[in-house]
Amino acid sequence: MPSRAPAANVMATQSAAGSEFSEVSPALLDDNEELPPGLGPWKLAWRRLRRNRVSLAFGVVFLIIVILCVGAPIYSHDIAHIGPNIENVSGTVKIGNKRVHIVSLSSIPVGPTWHSHYFLGADLNGRDLAVRLLYGGRNSLEVGGVATLITMFLAVILGVVAGYFRGWADGIISRVLDIIWAYPAVLLGVALGATLAVSGIDFGLFSLKGNSLIVPAFVIGIVYVPYVAKPVRGQVLQLREREFVDAARQQGLSHFRIMTGEILPNLASTIIVFVPLILANAILLEAGLSYLGAGVQPPNPSWGTMISDGVSTIPAAFHLVLVPGIMLVLAVLSINVFGDGLRDALDPRAKVRIAR
Amino acid sequence: MARFIVKRLVAMIAVLFAISVLTFLMLEAIPNGSPAERLGGRLATAAELHEINIEYGFNKPLYVQYVKSMEQIFSGTAYSYSQGLNVVDQVKAGLPATLSLSLGAGVIWLFFSIVVGTITAIKSGRFTERVLTVLAMMGVSFPPFFLGAVLIYYLGYKAKIFPLGGYVPLFNDPVQWAVHLVLPWFTLSVLFIGFYSRVLRSTILDTINEDYVRTARAKGLSERQVLVRHILRNSLIPIISLWGLDLAQVIGGGAILTESIYNLHGVGQFARDSIAHLDLTSILVVTMLTAVAVVVLAAVVDVLYALLDPRIRLG
Repeated sequence: MPSRAPAANVMATQSAAGSEFSEVSPALLDDNEELPPGLGPWKLAWRRLRRNRVSLAFGVVFLIIVILCVGAPIYSHDIAHIGPNIENVSGTVKIGNKRVHIVSLSSIPVGPTWHSHYFLGADLNGRDLAVRLLYGGRNSLEVGGVATLITMFLAVILGVVAGYFRGWADGIISRVLDIIWAYPAVLLGVALGATLAVSGIDFGLFSLKGNSLIVPAFVIGIVYVPYVAKPVRGQVLQLREREFVDAARQQGLSHFRIMTGEILPNLASTIIVFVPLILANAILLEAGLSYLGAGVQPPNPSWGTMISDGVSTIPAAFHLVLVPGIMLVLAVLSINVFGDGLRDALDPRAKVRIAR
Repeated sequence: MARFIVKRLVAMIAVLFAISVLTFLMLEAIPNGSPAERLGGRLATAAELHEINIEYGFNKPLYVQYVKSMEQIFSGTAYSYSQGLNVVDQVKAGLPATLSLSLGAGVIWLFFSIVVGTITAIKSGRFTERVLTVLAMMGVSFPPFFLGAVLIYYLGYKAKIFPLGGYVPLFNDPVQWAVHLVLPWFTLSVLFIGFYSRVLRSTILDTINEDYVRTARAKGLSERQVLVRHILRNSLIPIISLWGLDLAQVIGGGAILTESIYNLHGVGQFARDSIAHLDLTSILVVTMLTAVAVVVLAAVVDVLYALLDPRIRLG
């Protein structure tokens, strides 16, 4: 379980994002890279990213997955003529010229038919696997996306405040981050997720149903905060000593203006680099929690719950594991490869450092 | 040095205390978490619930309950609510499987991370690096339960090379012990190898431009000596510290997914079961075990660093 896993990438990123574009002299760039002088840092990064065909291709793959899944309610019913939670245990479906039971008498669901009805086969309850895959992707991506937003939002605020004010504010925030960091994240996530899923949350005005997607998103969002907040804090500690911050201070700008107007823009590359990293891990953790029954709740599909359902049918109907599993790996892999390319593009030094 | 160690120890105890309090409060605050109702079952009357509350002290103030729980955990007399079993004994029963899994996988993932990380760094930009990078990317994109399911299906059910899961104690049958653990070791390691090799690659690429590396080359050391004695020695520091922390998490039940798919009955699976039963005492004990493992190993790593690297001690 990648509970601590992002730490690794975080450390790799720290050095990458710690550099500032403005300081990169053209001399540092690749010899074979002919860049016109006077380009802005973002344009340089975009050019570098564009040259990285593999990364871009995977970025497009991820985009396609997102569009297919998010748009599922618009088109899936017209093609498959069935909703994601509609069961049809006793029905039949055509394969070639034969009619086959959707779920056979020995309760083995039908495999891929490769036409619009039950394109990827059925699950144990006779539900259309392809439709569930799309709707499940919607849920997985939504949980991952919202969790990433929560992580980035909290981490940037905490990191900037801790790094800018130092002193006791830094002390408190850093200790809190240490505690989350030392927490057995998966266990915490599973415990919180499982209990909240049973009961939901109810604080008067603010109430959530147990099967709400916000519950797992929130749990996952909290877990990853330290991985982003720590490097952000480190970078702010350096930024606050810089001349332009000093100048802003001399002009009498408020702390808030300095933090948002002077420091935040310089964190942009760090933040951008972290987004795909956290997104990939959030989607993986969502799958893990759902697999353990603590994430997205049935009958709502998600890639994790679908794999979990499928595992119980091994070895009779392995397509129930393979279909959502491959989709999950493809989505996470494409985010990872794209994110890697993004990091290289935003860190010009990475390219020059070719070892002998 | 003594002062550094004392400071580190105090911080460690503070973090542990905070984690125990937080976990306790969180589990208390769970909406339908009333332990009396869970002990009494669905049909318990109000009077019965009241009796349970008094017997277990659930009507006492929270801090009294907290102190009592901690006493029970540290004296090894904590009993689970749902099954009435001694939790500490249960965790101990799970430890051999978990330790076999985590220590074995730990050695494997550390070794292969160093190999892959070093190769991708010194072959940077070449074909070998691209292939290994793709593999590393695949590694970090595979959730352990999916990888486990695929391996069990193809190598277990289809090819019949490996058993379908379960744990055989080391002293009963060392060969079967190893055979049963090959797939779990692999599954758990893949993820970490992917991450670590990427980190190691970037730290090596950082180190390679340092002045002392140039000096080492200039004084005529062979490329191999420069790599092993100067570059690797410095680049391995972050890897080893990550390794310590991750190993601690895995020992403390963090391998919950791998243990579940291979049915190893370790600490992680125990945690999963107690979560399914919403068994607060068990969750608290496992959480504490992980937290202790993480915090202690983190402190050990810190102290080792300080011993090895005066910059940390003085700075």
